[in-house]
Order: sequence, then structure tokens, then C-alpha cells
Amino acid sequence: MAVTYSSTRRGVAVLAGLLLLSLGSVATSQFEEQAEQFFRSGHTNNWAVLVCTSRFWFNYRHVANTLSVYRSVKRLGIPDSHIVLMLADDMACNPRNPKPATVFSHKNMELNVYGDDVEVDYRSYEVTVENFLRVLTGRIPPSTPRSKRLLSDDRSNILIYMTGHGGNGFLKFQDSEEITNIELADAFEQMWQKRRYNELLFIIDTCQGASMYERFYSPNIMALASSQVGEDSLSHQPDPAIGVHLMDRYTFYVLEFLEEINPASQTNMNDLFQVCPKSLCVSTPGHRTDLFQRDPKNVLITDFFGSVRKVEITTETISLQPDLGVLESRDKEDWMDEELIESLKYAEQLPVAQIIHQKPKLKDWHPPGGFILGLWALIIMVFFKTYGIKHMKFIF
Amino acid sequence: MAAAGAAATDLEVVRGKRAALFFAAVAILLGLPLWWKTTETYRASLPYSEISGLNALQLRLMVPVSVVFTGESVPLDDQEKLPFTVVHEREIPLKYKMKIKCRFQKAYRKTLVYEEEALSMGSIQEAEAMLAESQEQAEGSLTVYVISEHSSLLPQDMMSYIGPKRTAVVRGIMHREAFNIIGHRVIQAVQAMSLTEDVLAAALADHLPEDKWSSDKRRPLKSSLGYEITFSLLNPDPKSHDVHWDIQGAVRRYVQPFLNALSVTGNFSVDSQILYYAVLGVNPRFDPASSSYYLAAHSLPHVINPVESRLGSSAASLYPVLNFLLYVPELAHSPLYIQDKDGAPVATNAFHSPRWGGIMVYNVDPKAYNASELPVRVEVDMVRVMEVFLAQLRLLFGIAQPQVPPKCLFSRPKGEGLMTWELDRLLWARSVENLATATTTLTSLAQLLGKISNIVIKDDVASEVYRAVAAVQKAAEELASGHLASAFAASQEAVTSSERAFFDPSLLHLLYFPDDQKFAIYIPLFLPMAVPILLSLVKIFLESRKSWKKPEKTD
Repeated sequence: MAVTYSSTRRGVAVLAGLLLLSLGSVATSQFEEQAEQFFRSGHTNNWAVLVCTSRFWFNYRHVANTLSVYRSVKRLGIPDSHIVLMLADDMACNPRNPKPATVFSHKNMELNVYGDDVEVDYRSYEVTVENFLRVLTGRIPPSTPRSKRLLSDDRSNILIYMTGHGGNGFLKFQDSEEITNIELADAFEQMWQKRRYNELLFIIDTCQGASMYERFYSPNIMALASSQVGEDSLSHQPDPAIGVHLMDRYTFYVLEFLEEINPASQTNMNDLFQVCPKSLCVSTPGHRTDLFQRDPKNVLITDFFGSVRKVEITTETISLQPDLGVLESRDKEDWMDEELIESLKYAEQLPVAQIIHQKPKLKDWHPPGGFILGLWALIIMVFFKTYGIKHMKFIF
Repeated sequence: MAAAGAAATDLEVVRGKRAALFFAAVAILLGLPLWWKTTETYRASLPYSEISGLNALQLRLMVPVSVVFTGESVPLDDQEKLPFTVVHEREIPLKYKMKIKCRFQKAYRKTLVYEEEALSMGSIQEAEAMLAESQEQAEGSLTVYVISEHSSLLPQDMMSYIGPKRTAVVRGIMHREAFNIIGHRVIQAVQAMSLTEDVLAAALADHLPEDKWSSDKRRPLKSSLGYEITFSLLNPDPKSHDVHWDIQGAVRRYVQPFLNALSVTGNFSVDSQILYYAVLGVNPRFDPASSSYYLAAHSLPHVINPVESRLGSSAASLYPVLNFLLYVPELAHSPLYIQDKDGAPVATNAFHSPRWGGIMVYNVDPKAYNASELPVRVEVDMVRVMEVFLAQLRLLFGIAQPQVPPKCLFSRPKGEGLMTWELDRLLWARSVENLATATTTLTSLAQLLGKISNIVIKDDVASEVYRAVAAVQKAAEELASGHLASAFAASQEAVTSSERAFFDPSLLHLLYFPDDQKFAIYIPLFLPMAVPILLSLVKIFLESRKSWKKPEKTD
């Protein structure tokens, strides 16, 4: 009696357990679906702003950094019309380049990142702090062509990559000016106020790069830097044939990581944070996620580096009458008039004077070099020797 | 001698004190305010109070409806009560800071003679034709005709009808509570034709935070001053297919009337191009069952990116661009079908991406390969293509199917492909969206100016802000009085002015000077002057305190 009683109880318990399990699985799958929806990013388009702030031949590696990131971003799907590339662009045709029209990123000249379809939007002296801030905030003079604008909206995910020489709280632009971390934070705040981004990923590869993201205060920004305050970011490897260092360490390892990403991969940001540990990079990479709403492990790399669109199948059509005979003759006349009018308007569309107007470049004053100083010293010595020593008797 | 000397030094000391005090007075009273005034950033005055008042703006959207009763539609004693006006007001429950109320102002009246004649015609189409020639209705207003319960104008089981122009027909009832019941039916029909909650939710989709993830798909184009529409023919295999399409004729015949109907909402420009050797980025798979190739639904998002770089849409204009692509697959991959999520081929063989455009795959008729050698001449059937493209254009603009009340006869759009009240719905949605955008821009500008202290506001920027605020208020007034066309124009002006003010190139915040740099500039200028003045002031103060204390001690 007792045995059967306990077995029936066990049977009932097993049945109840099975029922609960099935109910639970149904409920969790529903919850999972809803949860998945919350963790997905709500963006519809992707933009990238890639800035190299250095010029001159010995800063070859910064240009190679930026061009390599440009290549990865294009490979993963962001079109040129959505990339704003700012480079000094004086490497490929530099008289010191032993292989003209190329910029290599791996030693032994494995990979030419310059190629033949690089579209540089701001080149040479156009890469200034003012232009960079104008691109970010959108306060661009009306004559700027479309390729030089950041036409993002509130559903855009933007990737901003900056490289060059930097210090504690500033980044040097083209050896003549600098941008501070407060200006950058204010520019991001202006973007946020006008809802010019949905989420922003900021990557910086300079010395003391972490100081640049310390002052951010706008939401939905994730930042990565190649080194902490007080540390220097080091370059990777020199190439004996070209004679300069080809890439920086942090960007080199980030690119190796990105080579394994394809447009459909599910790798998340936590893996990107692990790239380039101290043993490889010598500096300590840092990241900042407190302003970001989602958990980094739910953020896909392709949310920022790639460009995947939401599509919908078209299921409806409109029924059209195949032939509207009466209207045709009337429409033809309108069409002819339209052509004439349009050809007249075209010439006025290009205000050439405004397009070619550029700020005149201020000539930098350099202190006189050794030869000039020596020459003048000689002249002054001769002068005083001829016309009277007594003023200079303390020197001679 | 000593006394005279002492008196002389006393006089000098007093003169010295006075000089020091005068210096200090000039420096503090004149110099300090002058320095402060000349180093502050110039800000023209802005209407901050009015801008913060815009946040609490209450929008009242009024739809004027005239309800016309025919002879036998309602009981006689109810007919005696005509004409009068009933107002039906409802608040739209959106979680948005701007409160929106919908107000349907129904003016009840009897029919005029010609209307009575028209409504006793045989079919609804004839009735509409007769009614349409005599009256032209303002945008936003609607007319509802109430016919008798047993009238044969509508099929017997249908209670209402919604027509392509701004008219609807509803059956009357012989009942004590006739007006209430009919009023309810009228409201149902009118709401379907003008404002419902989902229209406004779609318009404000970008401003409502909670719908960020759920309204992914229904994402209409943002309101803009103009649009650029590009039709592209992609021919990846010119060796096999010699494709011809009469795009100019098709645009003239089918697209242009549609765009003319929409011309109130912005400037449209249309262009077209043919691209050779442009392939889709995805390899189609072979389906042995139907011996055709297919593109699975999950690979469709990867199709667009490789093609977009070749479309050249970035050079066209600053307006948003809509791309419509017609892809003729290669001979090796023909015929090509698009499959939906369940694996069934899609009837239209097309898909679209919100805020970007649409792609349609056009399969060449296999009979064309029979007799001739390659390349085969292909004449694209523009009617089939334009049916799909116009449907996609409607979806991209957010002209969706309305919530039709039950037992309602609904006429399909014909002619231009757009019904007049659908345009009205678009204008309502656009006006609300424009007002929301303009208000957000102005509020953000005011907040920014508070946060970042070194932004200069010039006079012309200030005048744009004033104009924007005035336009927002005017638009709200016009919406409340039911003038949709002028409200939409005012809302567009509000958006242009506010965007122009916010994005003026002169608003670039002056490059920031950290505190230590400010000190480095001012200390060499002010310190050499301030130290002697301060020290002499301190000395004068100590001496005068001593001289006050001395008389107390010697008493």
C-alpha cells in the first residue's frame, strides 16, 4: 500500500514537473524574444568619421592607421557616401616614398591600403580643428558638397576614429593647433542635442589617449583608447625599405581582430575590449562604457563597423491603367518646357567663387636655424670689432 | 623748520593717499566693468520664455466635417432639428510632452437640391461624379452624406462607403436615437479618413522614446523640403540581355501624376540611370524543385550595400534620396525569385528598405531565348514595374492602409494612385512632425546656450529664432481652426527657420581656453598694476584704523 502510494505521488510529481517545465520554456522563449528586441540597437544607417591629424613623412604610420580602418569599414559595408575621411594625404606622393602611390600597413609591403578607390573628403590643409568640429556639429557653410557633410540623423550609429600625436587632454592637429577634450565633449553634446546620432563609438590611438574621453557627458557614447594618461602609445614595426614605422600597435591588433569579422558575424564589444593586452601593446588600452545604455556584450561589432539595413518584403501593388491616351499629348508639351527650364537652371547651381574660396594658410614662423644664427653672430662680431670693443669687453 | 618740513610731508602723504584712492577707484569702477563687457560673448536677445512655453504647447487638430442628411435618412422630428453643430473631442494618448487633441466639428445640415438628385442615382460612382463637379473642398475638411436605410446606392450589406475624394456615405436609421447612432458611424468613417492614433504615432516615431525598438519597420520618410527620386536599371549581364526601358514615358504617365498630387509636401525631382555590370552582393541559391534561383529573406539586407556605392546618389542633391532599382538577373541565375521568411516566393518579387528605397527583380520571359542568339532584346513591361514602385513609394512615404470601419465599402485609389484624403492624412502627420521637430530644435538651442557659455548669437540668427517661434505659434492656431493647408505651410516655415538658426555656421563654439591659459594671459597684464594699488589700499586702511583707535586710547 505504502509503495503504491509513494509511486503514484512520484508519478504526479513527475507530471507536474514536466508541465511546469513546458510552461516555463514557453514563457522564457516569449521573454527571450522581448528581451532580444530590447537589446537590439535601433539604428537604420551607419556613418564613420576617420581622422588622421598628422602630416609629414615621419608620421606615415598615422596615415596607414586611418587608411586601414577605412578599408575595414568599407569591406564590412559602409559606403563611401557615409564615410568622412580626413587625411593629410601627403604620403603616397611624397618625394621620400620609395614606392610612390602606395601606403603600406604591413612590413614586407604585403598590403597596400591606398589602392585606387580611396575617397579622401578633407585632405591636406583642410584637416583643421574648425573643420572637424563643423563636420561633427553640422554647422557647415552652405556651399559644401554633400560628400564633405555628416548627414546623420537620430537613427545613425557613428564610428569616430582619431589618430595622431596627443597629450593629456589634447590632440595635436597638423603640428599647428590642438583640440582639447572639453571641446570634443561639447561637440558631442551639440550632436546629442540635435539628435545627430543614435549611438557613438569613439576610438582614439594616440599617446595618453584615455584623457580625450574623460570629459564626455552625453549619453550613448562608448569610447576606446590605446593608452592611459601618462602612457605612450607605441608604434608597431619599422620597414627597412620604406624607412619609417608602418603602423601603431593598438590599431594593428584591432585590424587583425577586424579581419575576422564579416557582415553577418555576431562578435560583440567585449571582445574588442580584450584586443591588445599589455603584453603585446606595452601601453594599457582603456575603454569607457558608463554613458552607454546597452550592455557591451549585447553590442555587435557590426553595429558600428558594418552597415546592415532593415528590409521589408513588398506585398502590395497599385493597379494602374495601362494607357492614358488623352493625357499624353498634353504631358509631352509640359515635358519639353521642363527640359528647357532645367538647362537654364543648371549653370547657376555651382557658385564657383564660393567653392574655391579657402582660408589662406597662415605662414608659420620658425625661429632662425643654426646657419642663420651663426652668420648674424659673425656679422655682429665684425661690426663691433671694427667700431669699438669697449661695449663688448665683457664678452671678449 | 621741522614743523614746515613735517607739514610738507603731511601734505604729500595726503596727496599720495588721495592719488592711490583715485587710481583704485578708476580701476575698479571704470576698468573692471569695461573689461567684463568687452570680453563677453555677444548674444542677441532670444525669446527664452516663449521657447520654454512651446514645450507645454497643446495641439488641437480640428477636422471640419459637414454631415448632410437626405430626405428619408432620419425620422421627421429629428429632421426638424437641423441644422446644428456637434463637437467630438478626444485626446490622443501618446507619451509625448506635447498634448494632442483631436476635434471633429460636425456641422449637420439638410441636402441641397442637386445633392438630393445626385444621391438618388443608380450607383455610387455616378453619384460621386455628380457631386464632385459642383464643389471643391478645402484640405482637411470632409463631407459625409447620410442616405436612407434602404437606399440602393450602396450594396445591401454595406453600411458605409469611403470615396477617393473627401466624401463618404453612411446609412441612416429610423430610430429614436438616430442622431447618436449616426454620429457614431460618422465618427468611425471620418477617423479612418483623417486622424487616428497610429498616424500620429508614426509621425512622432522619432520623438517617442519607448517605441524605439518596436516601430522598427513602420518608419516613414522624415519630413523634408524636397526629395530626389532615382530610378536605376541594373544589368549585370549585357552580353546576354539587351535591356530597354521606356523610363521617361513611364515617369511621365504614372509617377508624375502621383508626385503632382503630393507636390504640396515638397519639391520632387526625378532622374534615372542604367548601370552595367552591377551585381548584387549576394549569391543566389539554386532550388532544384522549381529549377530557379532564389534569394532568401535573411540575405536581403546584405544586397543593398555593395550596390549603393555605385548608384551615385551622393552627388545628386542635399535632399533625401529615394532609390528604386530594377535588377535584371544574369542568364546564369535566371529566373531569380525572392523568398519570404516562410520560403514562399514573393508575388511582387520586390523588397524595400525604410528611408532608402526599393529593389525589384525582373525576370526575362524564357520564351525570348528560344529563337534568337545572344544578346536577347528585352523590353521591360513598365506597367508591372511601376505598379510595384508606386506601391513602394506609398509605403516609404507612410501612406498606409487606414483602419476601415466594419462593413465599409472602400474604393481603391485610381488615377494618380493617391486618394485626396490620404494626402490630408499625410499633411496632418507632417504638420505634427514638423511642429515637434521645430520645438525640439528650439529647445535644444536654448539648452545648449545655457550649457556652453562661449557661443556667439548674431542678430540674424536671433531673427530666425523669432521667426521660428512665431511660425510654430501660427501653425498651432491654424491647426486649431482647421485650416490644414496654411497650418502645413507655417509648420514647414517653422522647421526651416529653426534648422537655419541651429545650424548657422557662426554658432561654432569659440575654441575653448582652459583655466591655466586664461590666467597666463591675464596675469602679466593685471598683476603689475593691481599689486601696488592693492598694497596701497591696504596700507591706507590700516593707517586710518590706527588713527580711529588713537583718540579712544588717549582719553
